[in-house]
Amino acid sequence: MKVLVPVKRVIDYNVKARVKADQTGVDLANVKMSMNPFDEIAVEEAVRLKEGKEHHAAGTASEIVVVSIGVTQAQETIRTALAMGADRGILIQSDADLEPLAVAKLLAAVVAEEKPDLVLMGKQSIDGDNNAVGQMLAALLDWPQATFAAKIEIAGGAAKVTREVDGGNQTLSAPLPAVVTVDLRLNTPRYASLPNIMKAKKKEIAMKAVADYGVDVAPRLTVRKVTAPATRSAGIKVADAAELVSKLKTVGAL
Amino acid sequence: MLLAESGELGHTLAEAVTATVVGLADGYDAVLAPASMDGKNYMPRIAAKLDVAPISDIVEVVSADTFVRPIYAGNALETIQTSDAKKVITVRPTAFAPAAEGGSAPVETVSGTDAGKASFVGEEMVKSDRPELGAAKIVVSGGRALGSAEEFHAVMDPLADKLGAAVGASRAAVDAGYAPNDYQVGQTGKVVAPALYIAIGISGAIQHLAGMKDSKVIVAINKDADAPIFQVADYGIVGDYKTVVPELMNALG
Ligand SMILES: Cc1cc2nc3c(=O)[nH]c(=O)nc-3n(C[C@H](O)[C@H](O)[C@H](O)COP(=O)(O)OP(=O)(O)OC[C@H]3O[C@@H](n4cnc5c(N)ncnc54)[C@H](O)[C@@H]3O)c2cc1C
Ligand SMILES: Cc1cc2nc3c(=O)[nH]c(=O)nc-3n(C[C@H](O)[C@H](O)[C@H](O)COP(=O)(O)OP(=O)(O)OC[C@H]3O[C@@H](n4cnc5c(N)ncnc54)[C@H](O)[C@@H]3O)c2cc1C
Repeated sequence: MKVLVPVKRVIDYNVKARVKADQTGVDLANVKMSMNPFDEIAVEEAVRLKEGKEHHAAGTASEIVVVSIGVTQAQETIRTALAMGADRGILIQSDADLEPLAVAKLLAAVVAEEKPDLVLMGKQSIDGDNNAVGQMLAALLDWPQATFAAKIEIAGGAAKVTREVDGGNQTLSAPLPAVVTVDLRLNTPRYASLPNIMKAKKKEIAMKAVADYGVDVAPRLTVRKVTAPATRSAGIKVADAAELVSKLKTVGAL
Repeated sequence: MLLAESGELGHTLAEAVTATVVGLADGYDAVLAPASMDGKNYMPRIAAKLDVAPISDIVEVVSADTFVRPIYAGNALETIQTSDAKKVITVRPTAFAPAAEGGSAPVETVSGTDAGKASFVGEEMVKSDRPELGAAKIVVSGGRALGSAEEFHAVMDPLADKLGAAVGASRAAVDAGYAPNDYQVGQTGKVVAPALYIAIGISGAIQHLAGMKDSKVIVAINKDADAPIFQVADYGIVGDYKTVVPELMNALG
């Protein structure tokens, strides 16, 4: 089974985003960037499918291809995935921030070329917070989708996926090929070891341009402004529970 | 009101919801759903089938084509204008007042479509008599400090029952198995904005704050006076929850 994992370079999850004074966006100058945390989980699961870790049979995945759409530095994100155990990478270079629909169309074109049996990807990126690309890719390919995966079992040409839904868990069986988006509790991603980081330097990254895929990536959305949310200021410390209850009653919270 | 029924729609499978809604979409200018796990699952699929850029998790409608939505875990708000004729939007429920009840729209049955792609295997739903987390007036949330599932329930459940509150949790508490995943409050869990939010043994990471910082009154109980949660709390008690929570139960009478 061939697995495609889209990975995105985003602001590191420990960094608090700050809005630019001119309200055109978020200030990413000199900010630490990392692989989207959900995408690390997707890469980890793909590597486990290959290694036969946990409940997966060894060799369930035969090849893992990672693809990123973004600036030249997104190569570092791809290298991280290669060091974790992916086999090769594709970077579709774009300096423009593409909308989810455009990203999904580009990924659909990559799927047409690479013909994976499974696309494993993050449920959401922590910058745009759209939670959209996986579902849109599945729609464009007319493939089944299983979002917010907490457990994945591959058997009999299908992915059995336990999903985190409103009120609990739902289990689906999606015949392959399918798109699966991953949630936090699927696994804990590994740190790449130094030897694997060295090995990853020799793995191939194909450099592509958006134009190579001939898809319509024209924006539909215009960002009018980006502003900071109303801030809360710290309140007061109270001495004990009795004082807390009386304060809460005074302000009508109880 | 249009009523569609099918086996797959009964489990809100995205493929079936999409096939049904796309079949109806011609006559409408906008398709809206709440930004619940369900809405997040099928709305982007519907949008892609309609070749529309979806707009996720809006918190404000500026005009017919312009909307405000949080990005970067709520640390920025973007105002975006769409050029698509048809709008496909998910709405953050806590950001809008509910419509008044008592409507009397006629109910028309339309054909529901099964898509025959993914199939339903089973589900495990958490049963609770407490208010729904996203809609509760009071939420009490527990964090990693609770230490075990037994302790989490022994501390949080009686307090929630006394206050008529819903119970929430941090990611750390859910990951560790102290609370079901459905309890997670935050950037990638549920967003809540109750009249009162009480955080117990939660440090206040960016991702947690994203899910609760629009609460009207925030209370934090934490033994570390420097915990970031105190920066957003209206009232804080520095102390061990093991003594503070029983005192709180007493003070509530
Ligand atoms: C302040 C700001 C301003 C912006 N302005 C514009 C604008 O003017 N015009 C515009 O077109 N866009 C703009 N964007 C970009 C846009 O909002 C999204 O960031 C982008 O469309 C992708 O959506 P997402 O990352 O939220 O996708 P999600 O649906 O949340 O991502 C889910 C998954 O899709 C995959 N994925 C997503 N993106 C990529 C990628 N690049 N490469 C590989 N895999 C990927 C990953 O697996 C990821 O986990 C702006 C973003 C911000 C934050
Ligand atoms: C991609 C991504 C998405 C995430 N999404 C979410 C999300 O949606 N929601 C979320 O919550 N987190 C999320 N997180 C995780 C987040 O970064 C934090 O790790 C998490 O919120 C920490 O949980 P916590 O506050 O319970 O634990 P900790 O940070 O460990 O805090 C425990 C607190 O308990 C206090 N404490 C300990 N003992 C006691 C005691 N006896 N009495 C009183 N206080 C005590 C400590 O002082 C400490 O402040 C996400 C992370 C990533 C990377």
